Amino acid sequence: MTAIEQRPAGASTAPAVTTPAAATTAGAATPRTRILRKGNEAIAEAAIRAGCDAYFGYPITPQAELLEWMARRMPEEGRVFVQAESELGAINMALGAAAAGARVMVSSSSPGMSLMAETMSYMAASELPVLVVNVMRGGPGLGSIGPSQGDYFQATKGHGHGDYRVPVLAPSSIGEAMALVADSFEIAERYRTPVILLADGILGQAMEPVEEIYRTPARTAAEWALSGADGRPPRVVKSLHLRPEALEAHNRHLRSKEAAIRDREVRWAGEHLEDADLIIVAYGTSARVARTAIATARASGMKAGLFRPISLWPFPSIQIRSLADRARAFLVVEMSAGQMVEDVRLALDGARPVAFHGRTGGMVPTPGEVVAALHRLDIRTGGTGR
Amino acid sequence: MTTPTTEAPQPRVVYERPELLAERSTSYCPGCGHGVVHRLIAEVLGELGLGPRTIAVAPVGCAVFAYDYLDLDFAEAPHGRAPAVATGIRRVRPDAFVLTYQGDGDLAAIGTAEIVHTAARGERITAVFVNNGIYGMTGGQMAPTTLVGQKTTSSPTGRDPAFTGHPIPMTEMLAVLPGVAYAARGSIADAASIGRTRQYLKKACEVQLAGSGFAIVEVLSNCPVGWGMTPVDSMAWLTDHVMPVYPVGVIVDRTAPTKPAGAVPAEPATAPTAKG
Repeated sequence: MTAIEQRPAGASTAPAVTTPAAATTAGAATPRTRILRKGNEAIAEAAIRAGCDAYFGYPITPQAELLEWMARRMPEEGRVFVQAESELGAINMALGAAAAGARVMVSSSSPGMSLMAETMSYMAASELPVLVVNVMRGGPGLGSIGPSQGDYFQATKGHGHGDYRVPVLAPSSIGEAMALVADSFEIAERYRTPVILLADGILGQAMEPVEEIYRTPARTAAEWALSGADGRPPRVVKSLHLRPEALEAHNRHLRSKEAAIRDREVRWAGEHLEDADLIIVAYGTSARVARTAIATARASGMKAGLFRPISLWPFPSIQIRSLADRARAFLVVEMSAGQMVEDVRLALDGARPVAFHGRTGGMVPTPGEVVAALHRLDIRTGGTGR
Repeated sequence: MTTPTTEAPQPRVVYERPELLAERSTSYCPGCGHGVVHRLIAEVLGELGLGPRTIAVAPVGCAVFAYDYLDLDFAEAPHGRAPAVATGIRRVRPDAFVLTYQGDGDLAAIGTAEIVHTAARGERITAVFVNNGIYGMTGGQMAPTTLVGQKTTSSPTGRDPAFTGHPIPMTEMLAVLPGVAYAARGSIADAASIGRTRQYLKKACEVQLAGSGFAIVEVLSNCPVGWGMTPVDSMAWLTDHVMPVYPVGVIVDRTAPTKPAGAVPAEPATAPTAKG
């Protein structure tokens, strides 16, 4: 992997995403030995090795292999697997298991995420740590089973009703997805919040060589979890606060947690940014297309670079804004009609032109399309368009 | 006119607040049946010593505040999802006693999928289903359990089955599932009914402790405000109109030594759990 993983110095106390912690699971293959593994299955196994106690799911393409892997492996490990009657059932089983103090994961794909939306709001309000994997497919509606990034808005700004945000991490390789699974559990438990791991149909379905490097985040005692009021006052996990004063106070508490997450959990990576004149901003599979396009553009003399957000919320706005000093213009590439581009424009606040290239419906941008978009942007902003 | 020759008898406690029933006033309307059902739950759990290991799930609706009135660990479920939430708790806390409390809008309308599949899986959960035939908290709208002809704010001329179907006998429907170890329906219409309901609730708890499967007790209750009646009239209406439509009694007991003809045998019980 050629990516230079970057984080703003001192911005986070969390370990860097590509640095496997010392807590590599015993018996794992020695580093440098690589195996070929499908994304959905790699995410599932990474969750098991990260100490996932319970998994709840419902079949949907293109994430069904994740559920199937869990169906086989979780019972082998003596852990909980339930195939629910619906995504509503799955996410609410997760709510219950998390309320009882377990390390919990659910997974789905776009239409299933829409069904889970209500309970995402309840879990954020009730401060429950749950890892929710969305392997995005084409939408809207039943859409297609092809890869997409059309759920960016849903993941970063939406899902359920009310005022709240949850962290969203977006891998662009299967190996990175494995590392981010452990990180997601850690963030979820550190801040008592649901965390979304946002992948797409290609990352779920493709096979890649990966090193079997796993990490099991340490557990902290959940002083709030339900276990039965034995020798202590009863505990209640809830989201209802009927008195407006009480709800506003609770919402302020949620805001303060979000502020801490914004301060400490921004993740991003950059490539060829040092001399970049034109910067592509892309995440997930789109970032890999952009990488190929940048190599082509550089071969023809164009100084192009890649800024790859890994945390989509909190969004690396400050880091993008700081690049305006060296870059002439930005191009956002997405498998959507244009969603993350709004956050890039907000980050730059008019300081530099921002162009967009996107494909939808299960279509993936080609490197040639992205190179052409770079050339158009180059000419439009005073370059030579080489 | 005689002078007592013996000392006055010692005072005898005939009625007291169960330990698990919180000492505070409730948000329920005057004459509401939820208080009676809460008390029965507190009595039965206390009697079985289950308070310290119980994790209960509160619904959306009037009983959402059950966690304020019962001194138990509680999770709050989204509307209709209590059985799914309870399933998650059940699976990760095998030693806990898991109780759900739902009304008829919660269980028989928005939450039909969750209750059916939780019952079908035979989850070791005790479900309390309070059926008062109306959406109380939102102002008395028609529920799936509303009687034919009954007037509500959303069936102002009375429930017409030609347009809104017939009341759903949820507990009978659930009772056909092999995962349901015990299903019964009681009522709070009078003292004798309350006593029988208490027995059903106790049995439904014991079924969970024995590991026999899913147990449900439907409790026919009232809603004086939603029904537009005095509490006394609502009890008479419960007896005269509701109970004939929803017969009380044990609907299925797959833990019984002799099984009813045609009944599907329950799964073999796992090792009995010691009663707390």
